[in-house]
Amino acid sequence: MTEELKKDELVKIDYKPPEKDWMDIKPTFKHGTYIYPAKAKNLKYLDMPNPREWSPTDEDWKLPNNWKEIILDGMKERLDKYRSFKVFMDICVRCGACADKCHFFIGGGDPKNMPVLRAELIRSVYRGNFTTAGKILGRLNGARELTMDVIKEWYYYFYQCTECRRCSVFCPYGIDTAEITMMARELLNLLGCNVNWVLEPVANCYRTGNHLGIQPHALIDMFDMMLDDIYDRTGVRIKPTFNRKGAEILFVTPSADYFADPGIYTCMGYLMLFHELGLDYTWSTYASEGGNFGLFTSYEMVKRLNAKIYAEAKRLGVKWILGGECGHMWRVMHQLMDTMNGPADFLEEPVSPITGTKFENAKSTKMVHIMEFTADLIKNNKLKLDPSRNDKLKVTFHDSCNPARAMGILEEPRYVIKHVCNNFFEMPENTIREQTFCCGGGAGLGTDEMMEMRMRGGLPRANAVQYVHDKYGVNRLTAICAIDRATLTTLMEYWVPDVKVTGVHELVGNALVMKGEKERVVDLRGEPLKQEKGGNNVR
Amino acid sequence: MKLLFAFIATLVVIVIPYIGIKYAGMYYVFSVVIPYAAVVIFILGFAYRILKWAKSPVPFRIPTTCGQEKSLPWIKQNKLDNPSSTMGVIGRMALEILFFRSLFRNTKTELREGPKLAYGSDKWLWLAAITFHWSFLIILIRHFRLFSEPVPHIINVIENIDGFLQIGLPTLYITDILLLAAVLYLFLRRISIPQVRYISLASDYFPLFLIFSIGLTGVLMRYFYRVNVVDVKELAMGLITFKPKVFTTIGSLFFIHLFLISTLFAYFPFSKLMHMGGVFLSPTRNLANNNRMKRHINPWNYPVKVHTYEEYEDEFRDKMKAAGVPVEKE
Repeated sequence: MTEELKKDELVKIDYKPPEKDWMDIKPTFKHGTYIYPAKAKNLKYLDMPNPREWSPTDEDWKLPNNWKEIILDGMKERLDKYRSFKVFMDICVRCGACADKCHFFIGGGDPKNMPVLRAELIRSVYRGNFTTAGKILGRLNGARELTMDVIKEWYYYFYQCTECRRCSVFCPYGIDTAEITMMARELLNLLGCNVNWVLEPVANCYRTGNHLGIQPHALIDMFDMMLDDIYDRTGVRIKPTFNRKGAEILFVTPSADYFADPGIYTCMGYLMLFHELGLDYTWSTYASEGGNFGLFTSYEMVKRLNAKIYAEAKRLGVKWILGGECGHMWRVMHQLMDTMNGPADFLEEPVSPITGTKFENAKSTKMVHIMEFTADLIKNNKLKLDPSRNDKLKVTFHDSCNPARAMGILEEPRYVIKHVCNNFFEMPENTIREQTFCCGGGAGLGTDEMMEMRMRGGLPRANAVQYVHDKYGVNRLTAICAIDRATLTTLMEYWVPDVKVTGVHELVGNALVMKGEKERVVDLRGEPLKQEKGGNNVR
Repeated sequence: MKLLFAFIATLVVIVIPYIGIKYAGMYYVFSVVIPYAAVVIFILGFAYRILKWAKSPVPFRIPTTCGQEKSLPWIKQNKLDNPSSTMGVIGRMALEILFFRSLFRNTKTELREGPKLAYGSDKWLWLAAITFHWSFLIILIRHFRLFSEPVPHIINVIENIDGFLQIGLPTLYITDILLLAAVLYLFLRRISIPQVRYISLASDYFPLFLIFSIGLTGVLMRYFYRVNVVDVKELAMGLITFKPKVFTTIGSLFFIHLFLISTLFAYFPFSKLMHMGGVFLSPTRNLANNNRMKRHINPWNYPVKVHTYEEYEDEFRDKMKAAGVPVEKE
């Protein structure tokens, strides 16, 4: 898919806006820049409106006759329900500070990818229909009529936003484009204008408990393969439990962690760590997904998919929940879950059974991030680690959008990384921590047909990796996000092919000295621990 | 086109009082009716907008975190950029409102050969914005001299500081220069940066023109075409004590100044200038990041359709049993 994209063509970016006013320019649905629509069967399974076969390139989008009314009613409802939406519609002064903060604008130059203009796409309709000045002055006041072209434009540009919230860090009023994009997608959903890359995982997750549609027996098979690999590489036989009642802790992680390379290596790291600790925990085949593509659909869908987490914790009678490495999952778990599906009064305030540390910061939601959990273990000297086993790796860390900007989990992963490997290098400061750049494929954009936009949007991230690769020889990019592990892999193959992508717990697994293990000669990927002399075998 | 419209609108705002005073002699209208009406519109409109925003609830606690969270006791939290307590939020909001914290972060992105992306600090917008807002505030406070008798000491202090350069007679106020310079910069920036120009609306130019005109007429009155300050003060005192008096002895330049200000007041609640009130209500800034510590209540939280464990087990029971996964119903 990436082969057709020429790098030198891609980086010829013209930031100069066109002569024509943006209201007079219609979007063109060019291959590689838009996502295929949701299949009817997925919408039907979820009881969502207007299931049908259609394509964005069609002239007729087969919308209900009263589509305009549906959108305007939907807008009114949301303006009344979300102060964020209402305030953000009103207070922008168009200072432009956000413009060059968006990775899609930086990598593409389309003015409608400037956060301010992305918001104006919907603000203009708001002004035209909900404000007096807009109704009277019309276009002079930045108002416009709601037409079919507007809907098409929304579909195009609100699926070119990864809800990463970087612009919101720089906005003097904290206007959060993620919030605006979420509202716009909710509105588009009312007409059945949604994308399959989001709705198929949602439908899967609703039915099977996870985005990838893995049924319980297949899930067990996948674990068996990972456990065999762990045995093969460490000599330690691990036997995790599933759906076990009475366990102390329920562990939840994105399904991508046990589904495919390179997520599985991170998952092996979890399994080894928990085994070594003798942790009384269980996996669940029902709550087999930490991620929540509902976040890319609607707040209601977030709640529908998230409900299973507490429900399963209650059914199994665990004391608290531990969550794996994932980005948007933690936006949901940290900011939304307790409000939506709490109170979790049937759980106990989380205490690490190994160190006795009380996780005060999780006392209401009762869910702890694995980075907090592992950092606490290392701080209390509960792990025997041999960081030299990661010596062939020169590591950098990509802060994932949501953990960074919706949570602020910045030091924990760094602390862990620095204890499990000896070569750690930071990317430039404007590209990490709260200023981190998106992988380019978050919020349901990580699909192949979106490749051009992904490679463009990922350019700022890739470029920062290139910088530390050139300067320090960095060959491993770590991230605490399952979407990252998938999308950054493609991004690196395209822009910085010498760099591979890793979860932090893969490095933990490599460094972890286990009781009864054999001498380790290979890492979790089955590759030699030591770099062969003269050759660069880090692939 | 948008710029031109805003420019013409500003000219109209200037011409109306000129004609009204000079040719129609409508002193009462321009010194009493319009200022009162403008203030009433401002207060009611401002309150209406704030209440309208406040009426919409905040269903979710969604702060944008810009620093280390509060987690383990040995990890240092960034209490101002990622507050977890009310005090922290007050600190964050104070930094935002008084010093424009977020704008201070501003960077400029450049794509160079290679490709190499470079990010440089870009504080000019912040500098112009903070200069503009603080100058405006100080000038506004200085004007309270006209509305108070005796003049509070604090106003004399502010005037002395503002006039510390001690240039000219009357003493040059540094904020007068700074305000005009900052507005001019903001305008030039708006038309010279192609992206910013592209997104600018008439309603972005109009307040700039309006405020520049207010500043300019003020400066002209103070330094060049002196108006009868004693009578201006009498007029202002009359307005504030609700015993309005009309003076025909004040030049039309003053009435242009007053009408421009009245226009700004009346226009304020219906414009982007409401960011002044809105910034206090921004949910990404005014909430503590204590989500997992303290449950946030959504007032309209409603039950949704979910896929229960029972439904799940019913569909997959045989497969679960075959794989050795415990089930509820055998």
